[in-house]
Amino acid sequence: MEFLGFGILTWITFVPIAGMIAVLVIPKESQNAMKWSAAVATFVQVVLAVIIYFNFNRGLAGINTEQGMQFVEKATWIDIKSVPWFGRIHVEYFLGADGLSTPMVLLTALISFLAVFASWKIDKALKGYMAMLLLLDTGMMGVFVALDFFLFYVFWELMLLPMYFLIGIWGGPRREYAAIKFFLFTLLGSVLILLAMIALYFSVTVPDGATGERIYTFNMLAMMDPANFQAGSLLAGLGTYWRHLAYIALFIGFAIKVPIFPFHTWLPDAHVEAPTAISVILAGILLKMGTYGLLRISYPMFPELANYYAWPLALVALINIVYGALCAMAQQDFKKLIAYSSISHMGIVLLGMSAMNTQGMIGAVFQMFNHGTITAMLFLIVGVIYDRAHTRDLDAFGGLAITMPKYTAVMSVAFFAALGLPGLSGFISEAFSFLGAFQTFRVITILSTLGIVLTAGYMLWTLQRVFLGQPNEKWASLPDINGRELFTLVPLAVIVLALGIYPSLMLDLMTSSINHLVDFVKQGGSAMALTP
Amino acid sequence: MAEQALRSLSQFLPETSLVITFCAAILIGIIFRKRPQIVPVISLLGIALALWFAVRQMGVSQSVFSGMIVVDPFAVFFKVVVGSSAIFILLFSLYSSEVQSTIKRLVEYSSLLVAMTLGMFLMSGAANLLMMVLSVELTSLSSYILAGYTKEAPDSSEASLKYIIYGALSTGLMLYGISIIYGLTGGATDFFGINKALAAGSVSPVALLVASLLIIAGLGFKISAVPFHFWTPDVYEGAPITITAFLSVASKAAGFAMLIRFFKVSFIDSSVIGLPTGFWASLQDFEWNKIVAILSVLTMTLGNLVAVWQNNLKRLLAYSSIAHAGYMLMGVVVLSDKGLAAVMIYFVVYLFMNLGAFYVVMLIESKIGSEDIDSYKGFGYRSPFISVAMVIFFISLAGIPPTAGFIGKLFLFAALLDAKWIWLAVVGALNSVISLYYYVRVIRNMFLRDPEGSPAPVVFSIPQLSILVILLIPTLVFGLYYSPIVELANASLAMFGLP
Repeated sequence: MEFLGFGILTWITFVPIAGMIAVLVIPKESQNAMKWSAAVATFVQVVLAVIIYFNFNRGLAGINTEQGMQFVEKATWIDIKSVPWFGRIHVEYFLGADGLSTPMVLLTALISFLAVFASWKIDKALKGYMAMLLLLDTGMMGVFVALDFFLFYVFWELMLLPMYFLIGIWGGPRREYAAIKFFLFTLLGSVLILLAMIALYFSVTVPDGATGERIYTFNMLAMMDPANFQAGSLLAGLGTYWRHLAYIALFIGFAIKVPIFPFHTWLPDAHVEAPTAISVILAGILLKMGTYGLLRISYPMFPELANYYAWPLALVALINIVYGALCAMAQQDFKKLIAYSSISHMGIVLLGMSAMNTQGMIGAVFQMFNHGTITAMLFLIVGVIYDRAHTRDLDAFGGLAITMPKYTAVMSVAFFAALGLPGLSGFISEAFSFLGAFQTFRVITILSTLGIVLTAGYMLWTLQRVFLGQPNEKWASLPDINGRELFTLVPLAVIVLALGIYPSLMLDLMTSSINHLVDFVKQGGSAMALTP
Repeated sequence: MAEQALRSLSQFLPETSLVITFCAAILIGIIFRKRPQIVPVISLLGIALALWFAVRQMGVSQSVFSGMIVVDPFAVFFKVVVGSSAIFILLFSLYSSEVQSTIKRLVEYSSLLVAMTLGMFLMSGAANLLMMVLSVELTSLSSYILAGYTKEAPDSSEASLKYIIYGALSTGLMLYGISIIYGLTGGATDFFGINKALAAGSVSPVALLVASLLIIAGLGFKISAVPFHFWTPDVYEGAPITITAFLSVASKAAGFAMLIRFFKVSFIDSSVIGLPTGFWASLQDFEWNKIVAILSVLTMTLGNLVAVWQNNLKRLLAYSSIAHAGYMLMGVVVLSDKGLAAVMIYFVVYLFMNLGAFYVVMLIESKIGSEDIDSYKGFGYRSPFISVAMVIFFISLAGIPPTAGFIGKLFLFAALLDAKWIWLAVVGALNSVISLYYYVRVIRNMFLRDPEGSPAPVVFSIPQLSILVILLIPTLVFGLYYSPIVELANASLAMFGLP
């Protein structure tokens, strides 16, 4: 699918850059023009995402075959032929989508669009803010559609600097600390990914289409085929020392982003200090990149190790779920509570992934999408109250349901979805994850369900403290939620409801890809066992 | 003999034109005593001419002046790096308040810069121990004087004195090492002779180790490798910033050229075959590269850790450049063409990003009169364009895509992983995380902190900004499209006399 000679994935990735350029040329005084150009750019993205949704062939699996990928764009980016000491250097601009990336593409488009409206009240250096937000958008979208590891890495790193500025300039009182902590943690993860990427590069060769000579490649799909690993190269073979090392490096890189305990400490700081819209993006999209990386890169490229490390992953998932929930329960700060609940909910994604079966994996990917929408709502909700009361202390409120009825209605959808009430989207994905995991790791799954109880506990307790009980005189005059805020929340609430009642809307997209991924990872390990 | 010298002379045009420029600069300085401003222009033209001759030598591979100097693509590459940075430095000098405030001494300044460039050109091609010492001395003597150029400032004089003392010591050590080698090899002074003598065998390994350590000490001084770096921060802080920038790029490039050539040519074991393409073996299992590996780890780790505590931008960049020397040493460790090419790629990238960072510091200093990190508070709002440029240079120095610095690191790590030096690659990667912290400290002050009071916007002139843009474009473009620098490194790998 092409428009004006460029494929739809190129458009959806680079439309925000066009918006950014527009924002940069608009004179400083016309703040509305800047806001609207950002809104238009992200709206175009949403339209493109909808087109992708309806044109997506649900039967194609993708994952490791180019034929199975959709909306593929492939062009030579860098091709240096005459380097005998390095081998031919060949980097491709290779984009494509399958059932694993499409839900993330939809999520990114939607959340970015809503984030622009959540940022409407920003007045400090608006131009820089919108430019950084749009640059961040391109980086995130690029990560989800890139199928060339080098390209993936460039997009992955492209996000760091905008995120640093967005937290550091427009954040709360401890923003400097939170921003640099985020930057350093993520860069630490990135350099480990970089080293693993180079090791993979020197291990995988593919025959060149024209001449047939074997050339090194960054092509992710080629890296998934055990036959492409050159004998005697660093990562050839199965379960070797170097492969373990590379897998662990990749895992830490992605774990920092998820974040997996004990690499999670940047997250509460970043969330609490970031402005609302940025918290929404952080929780809604950035965290998903960690689990997406594990599923897109670690699992299919190191299938035998994905199986080998399944139970340690289940264990960290358990820790994430329970520890996150316990921490959330102890929080006084509304935003910090949501931040820790994210850690807990991402644990469910990890648990589903560790199951290594279709139910668990589908649950995991669906949970990635649902957590994106639900947590985005939660952070928007915190933003609404913080804009009015300028405090996030849970004990400072009470009886808000009386003064802000509309707000309370939207809020309860998000809260109940977060605690996994049947009929809302969170329930389905959590149920699938636990169902899948139970078949593989009984004890760990049973212990993990403790997290659900704890989640219900802190969510309901929060609801009670903030919205029920005696109204606090101090907040009697708080205005109810306004149109713009409703506009950011209602689409998410509709999606949460719709997917809770009819999850096939999203599950159809991913089923064949996830089935294929599960088979591939399971068999990939054993197939390689046959060929040393 | 005379015929041979004449033939050599035809391959000596870059150096010859520098010699002529040097003399011309002094003479013109004396004749036009009232208008010293024309001398830098003459020097600029002379260096540009030398650069042009050097580029024309691309592809030539021969030894001149009875093996004293070789002309080969490897030397040409480093001459180009040195020459281009000299041109940038002269352009910077037009806007340097330190240089322009002492306009009477512009003649010395420019002519010594030319002399220093000449020394570095000779260093790039030196293939004989005597030539090595001579060219190092020519470079050093000019730089001692230039480091103390602003003699009104006490720290500048201090810098110069420190530089001389350390320099003299390290040259002494290097000479001592050379004399041991001379004895060990039975009177060989050119690298090929040394190689032949070592290949013949029966050289005491202990003596060889001592001699190599002493020579490494001398060269380590030039590239400011730890533990021979003690002069660097003080000299970099005290010297005029243009000279600091020049030392940090060109002097390092020449030092690396000499280090690589000396070790590769002298210690290559051409009898070992069957290694993968681009790898070579060291004679008699003499693992000098392990020494370099240790130096590399010390250099980058110390450079980065100390830089974290610096509050003066010049000093911060001094330690950062020590760290970068450490990164580049990683490329020397692996004994492969991949490693050498990575060093070269890094130098191209480093030329632009490091000069760019120094240039921004210089421009800001000329407006606000301070290099202190605190005075940068809120500067991003007073002068957005050059602050954004600074962010790009710093992000590039930290090695984050999509900037050129990332490509430099990518090729270094690639060379290391390919040779299975995993632990060194991990140390290098962790170091780039540390380095981010101090680069971001500056960025933080520029953008995350508000300016004190309500200072006026700072405006820079169009020519000042165009120099900045010339440095900025490659820093960004090579990050996304790096074919040209890889091709350049590929074409520059060949050394005279080696297969």
